[in-house]
Amino acid sequence: MKKLVNNPIKAVDEMIEGYVKAYPNYIKTVGENLRALVTAKETKENKVGVIIGGGAGHEPGFMGYIGTGFADGVPVGNIFASPPPDPILDITKEIDKGAGVIYLYGNYQGDIMNFGMAADLADLEADIRVETVRVTDDVVSAPKDRLEERRGIAGSFFVYKAAGAAADLGYSLDHVVRIANKANDSTRSMGVGLSPCSLPQTGEPSFELADHEMEIGLGVHGEPGLYKGEIRPAESIVNELMEHILADMPISRGEKVAVLVNGLGSTPQMELYIMFRSVAKILEDQGIIIYRSYVGNYLTSLEMGGCSVSLMKLDDELTTMIDHPADCAMFVQK
Amino acid sequence: MNIDSRNLINYFQQVVEMIEKEKDHLSELDRKLGDGDHGVTMSIGFQAVKDKLDHELLDEEDCSKICIVVARTFLSAVGSSVGPLYATGFLKGAKVIKNKRTLDDESLTKFWLAFVDGVKERGMAKVGDKTMVDTLEPAANILKEEFEKTGNFIEAFQYAVDAGRMGMESTQELLSRKGRSSRLGQRSLGVIDPGAASAYLLLNTFLTSLNSKRGI
Repeated sequence: MKKLVNNPIKAVDEMIEGYVKAYPNYIKTVGENLRALVTAKETKENKVGVIIGGGAGHEPGFMGYIGTGFADGVPVGNIFASPPPDPILDITKEIDKGAGVIYLYGNYQGDIMNFGMAADLADLEADIRVETVRVTDDVVSAPKDRLEERRGIAGSFFVYKAAGAAADLGYSLDHVVRIANKANDSTRSMGVGLSPCSLPQTGEPSFELADHEMEIGLGVHGEPGLYKGEIRPAESIVNELMEHILADMPISRGEKVAVLVNGLGSTPQMELYIMFRSVAKILEDQGIIIYRSYVGNYLTSLEMGGCSVSLMKLDDELTTMIDHPADCAMFVQK
Repeated sequence: MNIDSRNLINYFQQVVEMIEKEKDHLSELDRKLGDGDHGVTMSIGFQAVKDKLDHELLDEEDCSKICIVVARTFLSAVGSSVGPLYATGFLKGAKVIKNKRTLDDESLTKFWLAFVDGVKERGMAKVGDKTMVDTLEPAANILKEEFEKTGNFIEAFQYAVDAGRMGMESTQELLSRKGRSSRLGQRSLGVIDPGAASAYLLLNTFLTSLNSKRGI
C-alpha cells in the first residue's frame, strides 16, 4: 500500500504538526505535547469544558471539531488506539473553567480505561469534576438488550455536537450530561464497508474483502459486521441499513430527524449523495421529516471504502442543539 | 534467589529485544482478531521504555521505582487497551516491593501475583474471555500454590510459565468476549489471542532472564 508518509511511526505526530500549522487560529497544543490539542480561542468563564477523542486515523474526527460551539480539547492517540491518560489530564486542567469537564468518546475498552484513569487523576490532582458519556450508536454491534456493549461510530458526531452546543449555551455540567445522554439515546447508525484501510505501521489491510464483496454492518476500525456479501445497487444497501436503523429506533410519522451519510475515507461524494437520495426517499415514504442533513467525511477510517448512515431523532431541545452554530477548523455551521 | 535492580533492568532490556523479535508475529495474530497492531503497539511502548532504561534508569537501585517508570512510560507511549492493562500490572507490582533494592523469593512471588491482580482489576476480564487473563490467571494460581509448598520462587515460576503457556494456547479454542474482537463471534475461533501471547512472552522472558543470571 502506497502512502504519503515519512517515518510510519511518526505519522500521527507529523499530521498534528501540519494541522497546528494549518489552523493556528483554531488550535494549539498544551505546552509542547503534540497529543494534547485545545482551542486557540478564548473560552467563556464558567463554561463546561468539552473533551472528545479517541485514536488517530478518523480525521476530521476528532481534532477537526475543536472550536466554538463544539469541543474545547482533543487528546490524540496512536492510530485507532485510545490516547493515554496524560494528554487527557493535561487538557482537562487546561480547559477547566470552574464548571467541570465532560468526556465524550465511543464505547471501546481502551478508551474506557484511559479516559477513566484520567478522570480519576483529574479528581485527585486538580479537584476537577469530570463526567463521562460514551457513544453507542452502532445498531448491529450488539442487540438491543445489551445496549451498553454497542460501539460508537459516525453518529457520535451528533452527540458531540449536541454536548458542545449545550456547553456553549452556558448550561451546567449536569445539564450538558443529560443532553449528551439524550442525544446518544436518540441516535442510531449502521455502516457498509467496501474496501479495507491499512495502518502506516503495518502496511497490511485491516481486513479482507474480495473485489466484488461488501461487509454489511462494518465498524470504524474494520470490526466485522453482520455478514459479507456480494455488492449490490446502492438503493438495496440503503434499504437494508435503514431497515435495521428504523427497527431499532422508536420513531413515528411526523417526527423529525437529522441525517448523516458519512464517508469512511475513500468514498467519492458522488456515491454518498446517491446513498443519501435513497435514505431521503425511505424517510419521506414513512412520513419522517428530514430537518437537517450532513453528507461527507465526518468520521473516517484512513482510506477505508464505504459509508455509514446515522439518524438522530430531534425533539425541541435537540433541535436547538443541532441548530446551534459551530466554528471549527474542519466544520462550520452558521 | 535474590535479584537486584541490575537484574530487573536486564529483564526489561530482554523484553525490549524479545518484543522486537516477536512484533510481526503478534501483529499477525491481531490481524485476525483486531486491527492488526498489537505487535506495533508493544514495540512502540517498549522502545519508549528502552530509552528510559538507557538513560534515566541507568543508575536506579530501587526496584519499585524502576517498575513505576516502566509502567508510566509504557502507558504514555501507547494508550490503547494494552497500555492501562500492563501499566496497572507493573504499578501494582511496584507497590508490593516498595523501596526494595533486592527482591528475595517471597518478594518476587508477591510482585508477580500483584502484577496479575492489577491487570485483572483494570480489564475486568475473566478466564475464558479470550484475553491476557487466560495466560496470567492460571500462571498466578500455580505460582502461589507451588511457592507455598516449597518457598522456592524460581521452581514455582517455572511451573507458572508452563501454566501460562497452556492458558495462552487455550485461547485458540475460545470465543472473544472482551474488547473489539468480542464482536467477531465465531470468527474469533482458531486464533490465539494476541494479548494472551504477549502476556506469556512477558512471563517467559522473566524466566529466561533469571536462568541467564544463574548460568543455565
